[in-house]
Amino acid sequence: MDIVNITVIDREGEEKTLEAPTDMNMNLMEFFKSYEYPVEGTCGGMALCSTCHCYVESEHDLPEMGEDEEDMLDQAFFVDDEKSRLGCQIAITPELDGLIVKLAPSAE
Amino acid sequence: MIAKSLTFAGKLYQRIMIETDILIIGAGPCGLFTVFEAGLLKLRCHLIDALPQAGGQLTEIYPKKPIYDIPGYPDILAGDLVERLMEQIEPFKPGFTLGERAEVIEKTEDGRFRLVTNRGTEHVAPVIAIAGGLGCFEPRKPPISNISEFEDNGVEYIIKDPEIYRDKRVVIAGGGDSALDWTIFLADVASEVTLVHRRSSFRGALDSVEKVVELSESNKINLITEAQVVGLNGNGTLDAVQIKHKREGEITKETDHFIPLFGLAPKLGPIADWGLNITKNAIEVDTFDYSTNVPGIYAIGDINTYPGKLKLILCGFHEGTLMVQSAFKRIYPDKKLSFKYTTVNGVQGFE
Repeated sequence: MDIVNITVIDREGEEKTLEAPTDMNMNLMEFFKSYEYPVEGTCGGMALCSTCHCYVESEHDLPEMGEDEEDMLDQAFFVDDEKSRLGCQIAITPELDGLIVKLAPSAE
Repeated sequence: MIAKSLTFAGKLYQRIMIETDILIIGAGPCGLFTVFEAGLLKLRCHLIDALPQAGGQLTEIYPKKPIYDIPGYPDILAGDLVERLMEQIEPFKPGFTLGERAEVIEKTEDGRFRLVTNRGTEHVAPVIAIAGGLGCFEPRKPPISNISEFEDNGVEYIIKDPEIYRDKRVVIAGGGDSALDWTIFLADVASEVTLVHRRSSFRGALDSVEKVVELSESNKINLITEAQVVGLNGNGTLDAVQIKHKREGEITKETDHFIPLFGLAPKLGPIADWGLNITKNAIEVDTFDYSTNVPGIYAIGDINTYPGKLKLILCGFHEGTLMVQSAFKRIYPDKKLSFKYTTVNGVQGFE
């Protein structure tokens, strides 16, 4: 399967289920941007800006947070210890099928 | 360079006016390389950057990260690329105004631009090249609704003069090196220091973490972890902060100062007020010469936008190279410009 379905809840609460490719070396931040969500991705995916901060709302078993991601979330706001992740650190893989993810408020 | 002295707030300042051919805003890779290409056309450059050192994001955010798409370098560390660029442009003797933010641009009577920084340094040039990358790096401000009311009245995002905290009560928020280092430093200066951090563990250098824990155990500081500052109280000046603890609920902590230390984030800043056409935080340019809608002002590198734009250092180098050709014609409308290869002519620097 080269396509998974991911449900995105935007900052206004609107929910959409969208297709994401697993064979494009894409991460969640890039996936948000490709559907023109207002996610800046300022640092380009180095876990250095937290503009792709999101909440994982489903029970998926995601890869553990690396040190860079934990460090950056330390400097971010509206962090939920249970759900917060940086989209750029989550690769789109077949395991993500059915994921529900909500965009965190913009820090600005 | 003209130096004038003037007194302001009782202190004597040297007012300096810097004149150059191309004034480059932003000393990142794109701005730096532009000095080289301008130098080949015998144009002098001066760079302004809000950060205290050259290199932009490469130095500030990821000096130790490798870059793989610089032609001729299979990989190079960001910090090393900046060093090489500095070496490459050295013959052209660029000037630098570092640690100052470009604030205001106005036209002079002779048709040039006068640019004044936030610290009052004046620059005059016929051409301005904005190579501002993501904008200026500014401290991240916590989303507390009334925080702006207390800025400079108890809330400081940057510690400029630690002496203002002498014998005062201070609350610091954050979990990184600067929060830890300032907690340690102010423990000896302030009458009371409280460090509030969202998690129970700290990132940051191990000795700093150990020192903070030690200070907390010997009651020299208050350490409140798994908590966040969520509110500020006071009438004009700060009296107390509201701290929300994960399990114990809200605590009111009386304090004279609140110092949130959550790192830096880029903002477009004053560039947005210069009358340039801007879409999505980027300056629109004509790809013929990377000129903006204001004749004489160009925008190159990550800060510009045009159809097909890619934010790559590689592309910024190209943009700067073409831009200086146009700048030359603007500065010397009657001079003939002949294009020369460095391999044929070498690099003739400035004295």
